[in-house]
Amino acid sequence: METLSAVLVEPFVAIAEAPMFFFEVLIGGLLSGVMYALVALGFVLIFKASGVFNFAQGAMVLFAALFFVGFIDLGWPIWLSLVVTVGVMVLLALVIERAVLRPLVNQDPIILFMATIGITFFLDGFGQTLWGSDVRRLDIGIPDDPLIVAGLYVNQFDIYAAVICGLLVLGLALFFQFTPTGRALRAVADDHQAAMSVGVPLNVIWAIVWTVAGIVGLVAGIMWGAKLGVQFNLALIALKALPVLILGGFTSVPGAIVGGLIIGAGEKVAEVFWGEVLGGAIEDWFAYMLAMVFLLFRPQGLFGEKIIERV
Amino acid sequence: MSTATLERNGVADQSAAEPLLSVNNIEVVYDHVILVLKGVSLQVPKGGIVALLGANGAGKSTTLKAISTLLGSERGEVTKGSITLAGETVHHLTPTQLVRRGVVQVMEGRHCFEHLTVEENLLTGAYTRRDGSAAIRRDLEMVYHYFPRLRERRKALAGYTSGGEQQMCAIGRALMARPRVVLLDEPSMGLAPQLVEEIFEIVAKLNSEEHVTFLLAEQNTNMALRYARFGYVLENGRVVLDGDAESLRNNEDVKEFYLGLGSSGRRSFREIKSYKRRKRWL
Repeated sequence: METLSAVLVEPFVAIAEAPMFFFEVLIGGLLSGVMYALVALGFVLIFKASGVFNFAQGAMVLFAALFFVGFIDLGWPIWLSLVVTVGVMVLLALVIERAVLRPLVNQDPIILFMATIGITFFLDGFGQTLWGSDVRRLDIGIPDDPLIVAGLYVNQFDIYAAVICGLLVLGLALFFQFTPTGRALRAVADDHQAAMSVGVPLNVIWAIVWTVAGIVGLVAGIMWGAKLGVQFNLALIALKALPVLILGGFTSVPGAIVGGLIIGAGEKVAEVFWGEVLGGAIEDWFAYMLAMVFLLFRPQGLFGEKIIERV
Repeated sequence: MSTATLERNGVADQSAAEPLLSVNNIEVVYDHVILVLKGVSLQVPKGGIVALLGANGAGKSTTLKAISTLLGSERGEVTKGSITLAGETVHHLTPTQLVRRGVVQVMEGRHCFEHLTVEENLLTGAYTRRDGSAAIRRDLEMVYHYFPRLRERRKALAGYTSGGEQQMCAIGRALMARPRVVLLDEPSMGLAPQLVEEIFEIVAKLNSEEHVTFLLAEQNTNMALRYARFGYVLENGRVVLDGDAESLRNNEDVKEFYLGLGSSGRRSFREIKSYKRRKRWL
């Protein structure tokens, strides 16, 4: 009885007693959810366009961050490092398309998946061989101080991250919706044979998609790197993106965003208000638990591909 | 009707003696082992409508895919023979290069982009073009002129349109690439007879007014021979019969096997097989 009340009643009492604190936790969670969404976005882009689950997305985040911070440590200005790193990611996409995807065209999805595991090892190894495996501090000049907005303490860095993520998503949405290339990307995602039949070149499309995913990975790498330092751990945040994908659906860009927000907010709120009762460190498993519940009841995710059925 | 199409036709008319598309004794193998086409030859004259007839599995679709080189994505390849477009050998090109040269396939089963609107579907057809958005807009109007239904449904997701509308959308999408030849695979599949007729009428109009050449694979022999000028009958990966539409319609074998108008009593399957074997060439 006491446990039940501790789980089902007391946290809500605590929330009701200090609503401002609850909102602070919630907003903090939502903002960190944005960071998960950034990583998940890269997965969705590639999965939609080529049906490949890109296991290497996390490694791409690390790879991009390593190059970026490496260039900065060489004393280059931030803008130059950014431009050159984008160049590196474009090059990487071209190489992956040419050396991995093209020879494996028409193979089963599982074979392509295995190939992306290979890419993961390569990126982890190559990046760290080149730049070393020390933790590097990345300072891009965004202050990490709390800010008081409408009486609530909010982390300034998280707000910047959310704005940058928002701009990125807006840019992607406009690109997909209103440019011929974006339209072709959506067409390939829908039916790649039909796209080929009207002359859309699949290898060009794949190179573009991997480039975009690489740039999204770069943004995620910079934001996470600035928060945690650039280190091997960055490759592992991709694991946090998995529950986000399961929640939002593998094929939906809005799903990645909303999934990220739900997971971010959910785990923070659960940690703060339920942590004590359930033994703490809820943050570490909450996302996976939530994903499992979703797999049971809504395996296509909240926004998974609308399956069009004509009646 | 745009002037560019007229000019192109004017130029090509000078070499009218040569067929626009010529398939020369091709063999197609899937997965390195399965021999599907065992020597198919056919010619498509400029401005013609040619029908490719035959039962399920005869090799009609494979022939079209060999021409459009979409075979590659299904692990098939042309192992013998050649395919030429206006004299140029094309069977080693990529689908994109072929679309740029004016050969577009409308695949069996329509294959619209379900999550794109009808208009977006049509615009995707113009992906390979580099002649500017004004020209593309003009051709969009041309497609809407021939398929008024598509104009009504242009904001609808293609996946939610009817089968007939999807077929029109697929043909319209191919037209947006400004093709010289459209390879039309089984346009009648799963459609009501009245709709089939409507679509064939539009095909005939596009042929006569826009000078688009059609190579048409069709099981609906009756319908195909009403609109085509020339036909080839495929069986088991070989051409067993060809001739102009009139002579095919009156051919006793075609009547019996494909039009269901047998004069004598039905012969046994064994007889048909041996009879066919004697008649084969190539």
